[in-house]
Amino acid sequence: MEKMARVTTALGGNTITGRTMFCHLDAPANAISVCRDAAQVVVAGRNIFKIYSIEEDQFVEKLNLRVGRKPSLNFSCADVVWHQMDENLLATAATNGVVVTWNLGKPSRNKQDQLFTEHKRTVNKVCFHPTEVYMLLSGSQDGYMKCFDLRKKDSVSTFSGQSESVRDVQFSIRDYFTFAATFENGNVQLWDIRRPDRYERMFTAHNGPVFCCDWHPEDRGWLATGGRDKMVKVWDMNTTRAKEIYCVQTIASVARVKWRPECKHHIATCSMMVDHNIYVWDVRRPFIPSAMFEEHKDVTTGIVWRHLHDPYFLLSGSKDSTLYQHIFKDASQPIDRANPEGLCYSLYGDLAFAAKESLISSDSNRKPYIGDRRHPIFFKRKLDPTEQFEYISSSSALSVFETDVESGSMDWFVHTAKQYALAGRPLAELCDHNAKVAKDLDRNQVAQTWTMLRIIYSSLGTVSSANLNHSIGKGSTTLPLMNSFNLKDIPSGLGSESRLDRSKGESRTENILMDSSSTLINNEDNEETEGSDVPADYLLGDVEGDEDDLYMMDHENPHAEEQEYSLPQEAFPLRHEIVDNPSALDHLQDKADSPHVSGNEAETVSLTPVESFSLISISHSLYENRLPSDFFNPIVRDTLLFYAEQGDVQTAVSVLIVLGDRIRKEIDEQTQEHWYTSYIDLLQRFQLWNISNEVIKLSTCRAINCLNQASTTLHINCSNCKRPMSNRGWICDRCRQCASMCAVCHHVVKGLFVWCQGCSHGGHLQHIMKWLETSSHCPAGCGHLCEYT
Amino acid sequence: MNRLSAGPIGSGSAASAAGQYRVCGNCRKVPRQEKRVQVSPPLARGPSAFIPENEVMQANGLDERTNLLVEEYSTSGRLDNITQVMSIHTQYLESFLRSQFYMLRMDGPLPLPYRHYIAIMAAARHQCSYLINMHVDEFLKTGGIAEWLNGLEYIPQRLKNLNEINKLLAHRPWLITKEHIQKLVKTGENNWSLPELVHAVVLLAHYHALASFVFGSGINPERDPDTSNGVRLIAVNNFCVCDLANDNNIENASLTSSNFGIADSLSELEALMERMKRLQEDKEDEEASQEEMATRFEKEKKESLLVISGAFDDEIVSTDVSRYIEDPGFGYKDFARRGEEHLPTFRAQDYTWENHGFSLVNRLYSDIGHLLDEKFRMVYNLTYNTMATHEDVDTTMLRRALFNYVHCMYGIRYDDYDYGEVNQLLERSLKVYIKTVTCYPERTTKRMYDSYWRQFKHSEKVHVNLLLMEARMQAELLYALRAITRHLT
Repeated sequence: MEKMARVTTALGGNTITGRTMFCHLDAPANAISVCRDAAQVVVAGRNIFKIYSIEEDQFVEKLNLRVGRKPSLNFSCADVVWHQMDENLLATAATNGVVVTWNLGKPSRNKQDQLFTEHKRTVNKVCFHPTEVYMLLSGSQDGYMKCFDLRKKDSVSTFSGQSESVRDVQFSIRDYFTFAATFENGNVQLWDIRRPDRYERMFTAHNGPVFCCDWHPEDRGWLATGGRDKMVKVWDMNTTRAKEIYCVQTIASVARVKWRPECKHHIATCSMMVDHNIYVWDVRRPFIPSAMFEEHKDVTTGIVWRHLHDPYFLLSGSKDSTLYQHIFKDASQPIDRANPEGLCYSLYGDLAFAAKESLISSDSNRKPYIGDRRHPIFFKRKLDPTEQFEYISSSSALSVFETDVESGSMDWFVHTAKQYALAGRPLAELCDHNAKVAKDLDRNQVAQTWTMLRIIYSSLGTVSSANLNHSIGKGSTTLPLMNSFNLKDIPSGLGSESRLDRSKGESRTENILMDSSSTLINNEDNEETEGSDVPADYLLGDVEGDEDDLYMMDHENPHAEEQEYSLPQEAFPLRHEIVDNPSALDHLQDKADSPHVSGNEAETVSLTPVESFSLISISHSLYENRLPSDFFNPIVRDTLLFYAEQGDVQTAVSVLIVLGDRIRKEIDEQTQEHWYTSYIDLLQRFQLWNISNEVIKLSTCRAINCLNQASTTLHINCSNCKRPMSNRGWICDRCRQCASMCAVCHHVVKGLFVWCQGCSHGGHLQHIMKWLETSSHCPAGCGHLCEYT
Repeated sequence: MNRLSAGPIGSGSAASAAGQYRVCGNCRKVPRQEKRVQVSPPLARGPSAFIPENEVMQANGLDERTNLLVEEYSTSGRLDNITQVMSIHTQYLESFLRSQFYMLRMDGPLPLPYRHYIAIMAAARHQCSYLINMHVDEFLKTGGIAEWLNGLEYIPQRLKNLNEINKLLAHRPWLITKEHIQKLVKTGENNWSLPELVHAVVLLAHYHALASFVFGSGINPERDPDTSNGVRLIAVNNFCVCDLANDNNIENASLTSSNFGIADSLSELEALMERMKRLQEDKEDEEASQEEMATRFEKEKKESLLVISGAFDDEIVSTDVSRYIEDPGFGYKDFARRGEEHLPTFRAQDYTWENHGFSLVNRLYSDIGHLLDEKFRMVYNLTYNTMATHEDVDTTMLRRALFNYVHCMYGIRYDDYDYGEVNQLLERSLKVYIKTVTCYPERTTKRMYDSYWRQFKHSEKVHVNLLLMEARMQAELLYALRAITRHLT
């Protein structure tokens, strides 16, 4: 203690100054250690063993300890440590299992002092006692730790961990007799130096090797450990059972940990692989490092704080053959780059927003906007008044904005998902069914799409022709005007104008549906005419001559259903005439005044859906004539892309499934996969498991199909002995009993079996359901409170 | 008895230099030319040609546990010969099957048929028709494109790119550099992502090593489960099904010259025990100088050159196998021999499996690290404390010597190991066997298998094979992963 105090005063008189600097070493470093006066640093590695003095703005090589012509394996160091009491004393651990001490006070060039060759395998770590000059501890791959008295030739005591290789040993700074050892199998042991026969305490700290540990310089009971499982854990050893009090998850296996001097909660780490940076963590804030040094280009192998009582200087050695001095004020602070706000939509359109409190309070006079039902929740962490160092405030505020019930409702999605038929029937029927579903939910646009698809792809002449005609006449009058229909369907966020513009680019088919009265079919190529900005009152039809091609589609119409359909006369021209645009407009305008001009033409009048159907009918007739159905594939593809773009991935996927091979090749695999995953994700969020499964099953994407084959194992316990059933089938191989007995009727269950995950008892679905309606306890009488959901 | 090869091996243009002999790719026997008759191969009894059937069966009667394991982890759903032989060491079998199942069937970056095709490519490097047959089946079963089986010209460029690394990994893993990795990762359209590459590398290493085991244990071809008499061999692709058991008149200079045969095998065992004891005791007293230690490694490395004569320079590979490989002439070349290029020794301490390999593999192909880790650990620590007829023996030394000797042949050196031990513990015939099994397993013969440790039980020899296999796999992985790490940094 007395000596410690002296160090402090020395610091007071001789303040450390310096800047971020580095020097090239000749070879990769494995470990570094500093002299207690913070003026020199020793670097050791397989091919290097040198002492550098730390000057104001550079490292100066002081001494090369690798002497002699023949490189000896004794110089191949895995670890090095400089005694904190005696500045002439160093110890190294060699990869061949030798522990070497070095005395810098020796007059000869070779400073090698003693050689301990007791370990059979590589020595991973050496450690001097913090206050005792002659005591050295080593930990080796062979599973032994040895304590050496430097005045003697051999070790004074050997500690056998009785488990695997020792990765690190550290004397406790405050408890004179205690040291900690970490092991390859994840254990940490505490030993009393006087009792080599048995460890005092052992606990499993990590999954996989524990590479390092470090006692807290101030707090007696704290031990930090770092492991291959990428964790840094802080253990409180004051209690009878070591308690994990902090845990930091890093991105790579942790090679070294070092508490930052004078900062109770700060710890520096570097990693063994892949990640080259050095992080300084505030253990109370485990998700973001408080400082980061990014200078090294290969893994950092050794870190050490330059002075026992100075928190601003960190030295590091690396495999990239450099030695660095890092200055804290040059450290990058990831927190500055982190986004202090978070935003997330819920399934039902609610919006949660979290932000640093300072950001929110700054515009405190912000008006709450209507519809903003805020449920502010504040997370605040009390600042530790004793904390000496800047501690970035981590309080933040969370607000939740609810959307009003009407607009945010997603009922339509659920209904649609449930009612859509995706397979198992002829295409035409599927389309009709789905159109009906969409229609019932007032989603006319989608309904129309389905109907169109039916017409495009299903074979003609049979079903379709009948359907096509059935609504001629009366039906039409009940159809809503396109304008209103249109607006209704537009998502509230988008103005109708922007929607119009957009849709033009997206797909022609859509355009026709959308721009109520403004489009005209010009020729076979469905080329859109100019003049989309014609006022909405203009009525479009598909002009004369194509009388019968103008089929009405509204088979939902109650009138229509009772109607006796009149089949079109045979002699109609199959191809409608192409009419010039202006004249067509005129013509239509005329007609607008007098509906019911003729039996066939009447429907065109003023009813926008008619217009859109006129397109279909054209297509239809064209198709019938000579066009293969994949002629329309580009249009259908655009339609699907449009829906997906609009956020209605449901329609896109459903159509994709229903059409199957007809359209699959038109859309690239990745897009399809993307749609599928989005849709499945949505379905699962709404807990529509069955439907999502059906979609997975029906999907033609390999990647999606595979989803069904992943994690198909169901782990069950035997209801008798409560142990896992390892065997196939229902006979438990331990107690030789049938595990699938119904707890209610005591018969073997064949078919649907339901069981409680808590107590493993179960039985016939019906029986259990009935039982749990009246009782909350397990029917087997085991006393478990089962729950049926 | 005349060696006759089945299938097209002997009948094609695969003639040796003289043009008079046809050589079976597997057993390296020269069949008489005049006999072109296709004779069904000799009846192979039991799972292994080296080990009597009852040894395998009675060892633990194929206990329930094995069956459970097979049921759970086997991809083919039946008890194949490899599993049967391995089931002598049930503990190990579990970790083996689990990791194999994981890399073939569980979540991983590569599609299932790819995995099997890579296994085929790996096995083909050692002309291991047993594994090829097995995975051809599995490949087709998992929906692989049958056309690929026609050979490398029919597979996608991406898979083809794997050839180079397959070749190096199989025979001279020390030549793998980060440039190889870069080439695979950065070829644009046909590039491999790192996780995919790691998956592929793990598969390659696994099947190279497994080929060692198959040849080393003389695994017999699978019987066709459909034929009731159980002797018809699976002839999916008409591979040569060599019966290694009867292969006992092979001439091998190094074998005949060694001193086995007359020496009393019992005293051999005693001598080995004696040496082990002495080494253990000596440990404390005698300390070899560092320089000496270094030279011992070099010596061992060099000596491994001599253990086999280069009698097999004219490799002829059957076309059935060769369609899966490129550059068939490329084989193991002793690490020590290449004086000119002189690649640096791989220092085990600088890139260990525990510290580095594991982290990388697990990072890119999650969970496989744990499975492999468990497997390596299992095989390294597996012991029954017996040696032949003796019980309560600490075999740690022997196991370590075997493991490190394999690594030594691949140029991996442990600073903390005294390679003098290898010399003391591993007799010459065993070294021959080790070298053959790990470096060119296709040349293994029953004679080699029989000639070492004649006092030892078959189960112990299987244990040796397991050690060799895992040591080899780890060596390959270390080189490949080190290259990947270098690519990353």
